[in-house]
Amino acid sequence: MNPGLTLATAGRVLRQVRTDHRTIALILVVPCVLLGLLAWIYLDTPIFDRIGPALLGVFPMVVMFIVTSVATLRERQSGTLERLLTTPMGKGDFMIGYAIGFGLLATIQALVATAFAVWVCGLDVAGPLWLLVVVAVFDAVLGTALGLLASGFARTEFQAVQFMPAFILPQFLLCGLIAPRDSLPDFLRFVSDLLPLSYAVDAMKEIAASTDPLGAVARDLGIVAGFIVVALALASMTLSRRSP
Amino acid sequence: MIKDHDGPAIAISGLRVVRGKRPVIPDLTLEVPAGQVVGLLGPSGSGKSTLMRAVVGVQIVAGGTVRVLGHEAGSPALRRDVGYVTQTPSVYGDLTIRGNISYFGRAVGLRGAELHDAVDRTLVEVDLVSHADVLVRDLSGGQESRVSLAGALVGRPTLLVLDEPTVGLDPVLRRDLWDLFRRLAQQGHSLMVSSHVMDEAARCDRLVLLRDGRVLADLTPAELLSSTGQPDADAAFLALVDAAGGEEIW
Repeated sequence: MNPGLTLATAGRVLRQVRTDHRTIALILVVPCVLLGLLAWIYLDTPIFDRIGPALLGVFPMVVMFIVTSVATLRERQSGTLERLLTTPMGKGDFMIGYAIGFGLLATIQALVATAFAVWVCGLDVAGPLWLLVVVAVFDAVLGTALGLLASGFARTEFQAVQFMPAFILPQFLLCGLIAPRDSLPDFLRFVSDLLPLSYAVDAMKEIAASTDPLGAVARDLGIVAGFIVVALALASMTLSRRSP
Repeated sequence: MIKDHDGPAIAISGLRVVRGKRPVIPDLTLEVPAGQVVGLLGPSGSGKSTLMRAVVGVQIVAGGTVRVLGHEAGSPALRRDVGYVTQTPSVYGDLTIRGNISYFGRAVGLRGAELHDAVDRTLVEVDLVSHADVLVRDLSGGQESRVSLAGALVGRPTLLVLDEPTVGLDPVLRRDLWDLFRRLAQQGHSLMVSSHVMDEAARCDRLVLLRDGRVLADLTPAELLSSTGQPDADAAFLALVDAAGGEEIW
């Protein structure tokens, strides 16, 4: 690991995104539109205040998962990854570089989406707003890490895109948004305990309901961070310097 | 930066590469001297790219040893000293030409003014100064492959492994690039350049002719012509293949 090489990669990833204005617009606007739609559906009910924060955590993860898995697959197919691995650039530099680059992008997304949810849609949470943004950024980095891992198993773009429903939708169904995790059948409750999105959503729900959520949120974020580290470690095993 | 090293730039012994069930390179032994432009020639499918991948250490090999500048191919000690350009351009379409070269320069440790100067010098070498700030996705194929070449030239590695760097380029540009390869060799760099254009053979110090993953000949251009009695490299190669009758003769 070399900080200079890691930052060079993060900067390069951001410069690439900067030339793609439509992607930037989609990353920033789509979460706002979906949040607005949800606020509208649940107009004059307290439901948006309950599930809005959880969705603020889900969007960055889904978006970064897709963006990262497609971007890394492109690196594999274009030969740039193989080329980089013949230079002093390490696998860690490559992956942490991606995590930092997309993490910054996700921070901007989280700020815009949170601001929209609170000031335009009237989202009302008991806990501090800044904590919503912090959890959203953790979720985004989690999405990036899972995307790096998933791209290791994709051989084509079609497969990479299909990994979104395969990796993310089960987590979405079991994370407590559709039905509270405590009400799930025992086995599914057990499975949901093994999935990272459950903890991300727990953290968001805590912020929504509690005026002093810091302790519980810190515990959940610790678990999410653990998942990030494991996903990055597994992903680095899928990046091999030598191929047939 | 040229790494001081005694002995050959590349020493390959008993290299065996198997793809699927088929041995692409059955048993190859070859030495490439330092400070020379060595041309790797042969028909498509003869194993040129596979051999180059083994030299830069990205190829899974089934047996044998490949030593580069005194180290095992692909070892961390070599990462700054070996530059590799793949046959299909490996560059970022959504970065500018300068952005690509600059990133590959950073990857080998160039920073600040040194990086800036190296990028400017490389832009001149591949004749892309006027396009420096154009996105690579807006370039023609030939221009894109020059950006890919520039990504390796920027760090001035001791050994350059170039897989068909002049494909699709016009004659003037090809001449200029071969002049550049020549200059680099005079400065002490070693180059392994593959080509299936036989008329480029005359510009090499040494030629390695490959066929079916075997070394058909390893000689100088003059020796190639005199030993076969042919007027040009193309005819000489065909004469060698005919003489070999598909079997190894050297």
